[in-house]
Amino acid sequence: MLSPSSGNTVIKSKLISRRMFLITAAKALVMIGIMGRLVSLQINERSKYKTLSDKNRFREWKLAPERGVIKDFFGKELASNEQVYQVHLIPENSKDIERLFVRLKTILNITDKKLFYLKRIIKKQKPWEPIIVSDNITWSEFSRLNLFLHELEGVKPVVSVARMYPDNSSAHILGYVSQVSTKDLQTKKYLKDLHVPGMSIGKTGLERKLDKEIIGKIGFQRYEVNAYGKRIKQIVEDEGQAGKSFKTTLDYEVQKFTSEIIKDRAAAVCVMDIYNGDIISLVSSPSFEPNQFVHGLEEKYWNSLIKNKMKPLTNKAISGLYPPGSTIKTLVALSALENGIIKPLDTFKCTGKIELYGEKFHCWEKDGHGIVNLRKGIKRSCDVYFYEIARKLGVDRLSETAKKFGLGKKTLKDFVEERSGVVPNTKWKKKFIGQNWYLGETLHSGIGQGYFQSTPIQLCLMTAQIANGGFKIEPRIIFDEKNNNLRDYIKFKNENPNQPLPNDLLVKNFDLKPLFRNQENINLIKDAMYSSSNEPGGTSYRHRLSDKKFTFAGKTGSSQIKRFTEAQREAEVKQESLPYEDRDHALFVAFAPYDDPKYAISVLVEHGGSGGKTAAPIAKKVIKKVLERHDLRNKINSLVGEDV
Amino acid sequence: MYRSRSIQSSLSLKDKLLSIDYILVFAIFILGLVSILAMYSTDGGELKYHTNSHILRFFIFFVMFLILSFIQIRFWHSQSYLIYILFFLLLLGVKYFGLTSSGSKRWLDLYFMNLQPSELMKIGLILFLAKYYHRISIENINKLKYLFLPIIALIAPVILVATQPDLGTSILIAAGGLVVAWLAGVRVKFFAFSGLAFLSILPIAVSFLKPYQKTRILTFLNPERDPLGAGYQIIQSKIAIGSGGLFGKGFLQGSQSYLDYLPEKHTDFIFTLFSEEFGFFGSTFILFLYALIVWRIVRIGHITRSNFGKLYCYSFGTAFFIYVIVNMMMVLGLLPIVGSPLPIMSYGGSSMMAIMLGLGIVMSCKVYKDTPVN
Repeated sequence: MLSPSSGNTVIKSKLISRRMFLITAAKALVMIGIMGRLVSLQINERSKYKTLSDKNRFREWKLAPERGVIKDFFGKELASNEQVYQVHLIPENSKDIERLFVRLKTILNITDKKLFYLKRIIKKQKPWEPIIVSDNITWSEFSRLNLFLHELEGVKPVVSVARMYPDNSSAHILGYVSQVSTKDLQTKKYLKDLHVPGMSIGKTGLERKLDKEIIGKIGFQRYEVNAYGKRIKQIVEDEGQAGKSFKTTLDYEVQKFTSEIIKDRAAAVCVMDIYNGDIISLVSSPSFEPNQFVHGLEEKYWNSLIKNKMKPLTNKAISGLYPPGSTIKTLVALSALENGIIKPLDTFKCTGKIELYGEKFHCWEKDGHGIVNLRKGIKRSCDVYFYEIARKLGVDRLSETAKKFGLGKKTLKDFVEERSGVVPNTKWKKKFIGQNWYLGETLHSGIGQGYFQSTPIQLCLMTAQIANGGFKIEPRIIFDEKNNNLRDYIKFKNENPNQPLPNDLLVKNFDLKPLFRNQENINLIKDAMYSSSNEPGGTSYRHRLSDKKFTFAGKTGSSQIKRFTEAQREAEVKQESLPYEDRDHALFVAFAPYDDPKYAISVLVEHGGSGGKTAAPIAKKVIKKVLERHDLRNKINSLVGEDV
Repeated sequence: MYRSRSIQSSLSLKDKLLSIDYILVFAIFILGLVSILAMYSTDGGELKYHTNSHILRFFIFFVMFLILSFIQIRFWHSQSYLIYILFFLLLLGVKYFGLTSSGSKRWLDLYFMNLQPSELMKIGLILFLAKYYHRISIENINKLKYLFLPIIALIAPVILVATQPDLGTSILIAAGGLVVAWLAGVRVKFFAFSGLAFLSILPIAVSFLKPYQKTRILTFLNPERDPLGAGYQIIQSKIAIGSGGLFGKGFLQGSQSYLDYLPEKHTDFIFTLFSEEFGFFGSTFILFLYALIVWRIVRIGHITRSNFGKLYCYSFGTAFFIYVIVNMMMVLGLLPIVGSPLPIMSYGGSSMMAIMLGLGIVMSCKVYKDTPVN
């Protein structure tokens, strides 16, 4: 066995070694393959995997910043933040979300619709991102929730802050905040990096205008989490930054006072400082409850708002378009004077109507005003007088003056809902209506009817710029100490037109634009407005304030909705007997006090009939209130730089 | 023959000690220390259960390995069939008395430890076939009647293990057996035929696969198919290794593992953990240690005179290499997750015991390299 097997053994041994050599070669190849894989994973793609590893490791939770506060001129918070109780839910922490919802329903008041909505959100977002089940629950619900918390895995009771408005007197100008919608995310670029679930953004008014700055900077918490989603340790916490707070020029007391007066009517009031353009009050009525919007509007309430004929959601003071009616007569007269069309004492005879171009043009006074000059024309608001001068002036020169005084364009900056109105002229008609201008239309324009469309704030601005002696101002609503000595500046200019300004009145970056050719013409208009309000026969004489401190000079207006038929005119149909929708809008503009003008006001009452009867009494009350508060306001204005 | 036997039997203890391959011992010892570090890291940097028992096992079996090194190679040769039969009986025992855990029956409860006979069978089959092919003459190797026994000896344990079910181990057992047959000179065509036969019964075999095993194969083919389910392990393992970068995240700093993103980090994915913490240099070092070990084993095969020793060392060395490579390719996303431990590094007593047994026999081949076996 030994010798044959010995040779056999050697052959076998050689065979084994040969085959082992093949295997060794194969092993080397495999080793190279493994090395290649290691190089590819750990060297070539290491940053990709590092990112993936960090993605595993870290989770970020964004923190909504606290929204800035909006204050009135005196420091009263018009839009503040209040503590609210909320229920959040982190889906991945709950083992059985269906059962959790059933349980939650017994504790909180959640509708099936809301549940459906929540489930849809859960599907869309990452399982560790919290969703807000309810953003404003009562204290009793909150305490009940805490009591049952041990059965509610994944639920987190949260004490948070939310927008709160003390009342609805400034609802329109402040606007409201509400949940971010998909549309917001598409249209508002600043929200791109800002979005946190549950965060509210400004939808209208100041809240919207200031949104970018008032939202603040988002904070975040970064945690290291394990594979089961448990937070291991906090890596970074950035609390973010509360939004910037803003002081406005509004006076809460006046806002409240005014909104109380007009609360039952569809109306708007605007009060403005005639020198620096500060808006003291801007109220639209009827109002809505802005707090309702913060935590998701109830459908019933929303329906009641949009179905209301008086349009509570519209800010009539800046978005309502009305023919300016007779309030424009001040500008028509001014334009005629400035263009040398008439002299103040030129007269026309008013017989109640004139016939021109084959059409009858009626004065509101059926029997006519007799011989009328400029002062009487404004005082009695004689339509015939203005037909005559408008005819001579022509619509293009009238529109030039009207535009100069702020009609036909937006008065505020960045108020999406503000509308610009229309100041018609021949070019405008050609462009927008595609027809030539008829001379008869000039006459309608002369009494603020026809194509003319303006907002109450434009009329207020117009009046303010007449009242301050004819200087251009820019209405503003965010407090700014910059132009606060504008009053002294303009007063000096008014009193010493030809002298250079003393140094202490020089205002930087200020460009005082006179809107007149001859300031005397402005004074004539102011005087005529005085007579309209304070002399017997004036259209608002009945509602004058005789105390010199409060005496105002104004101009009434009624803007026609429907032209009177001849039959109605004959029957002397009263506004009150018309259906509500057919009644005229009542308008009134004024400035006060006459001796030393400080504020301008415009009042609009939709379908209020005659301006003298409906709008002037409102203006009277508001003017008194505003002037009573003037000293206090002035004191604060002189404390510029100090915190109030 | 007589002379050489007398030479061998006259080996003094000093001779024996001198003839030990110290490079191999050293490499194994270093690998053991590295595995202890890795295990310590899986325990979150504390001496907890896994680390303690791993340390204990490593030292017990390391000492066992050294002791086994001095056992005569003749003993291993003469007892090969018996050892195979013993291991096979243990495997049968598993089938009837085994412990079931996570759906498969792999362990025997021996009171002091849970033994996994399928790991031992990896060595048992190599021993059996090494002896078988040592004994038959070269002209008989490719005769059909001589192929009958090896095929039975290979298929019987493979089927037993595969039905535990433990696909990974059964494949590794088969691989070891096939290597012996290949080295012994079985013709390529037999491998080709049996490969074809295997492919033809594959559809039937697939129908016997458990759903989770099918999922694993599908998942391997496309890990992103179900990133949170079955593909999760592969994806997380690749993230861990890749994010280790060049230098690693540092000892005890592997975020993937200590935040539990890495599954099975004690066992199959221990290499992943080490790679994450020590980076490309760390993983290359491990690869180097294994290459060193395989090289020493093959070298011992080379200098051993007996064909039994050669067949055994070459086969075991190759099988060892396959175990390492299969595990690495698995965690690197190059193979499906079949469940195969990394020799010495992975947590697991039976695997450690089997590997140390295998290495012990290799070392005895070295010590008694000139001793004929029969």
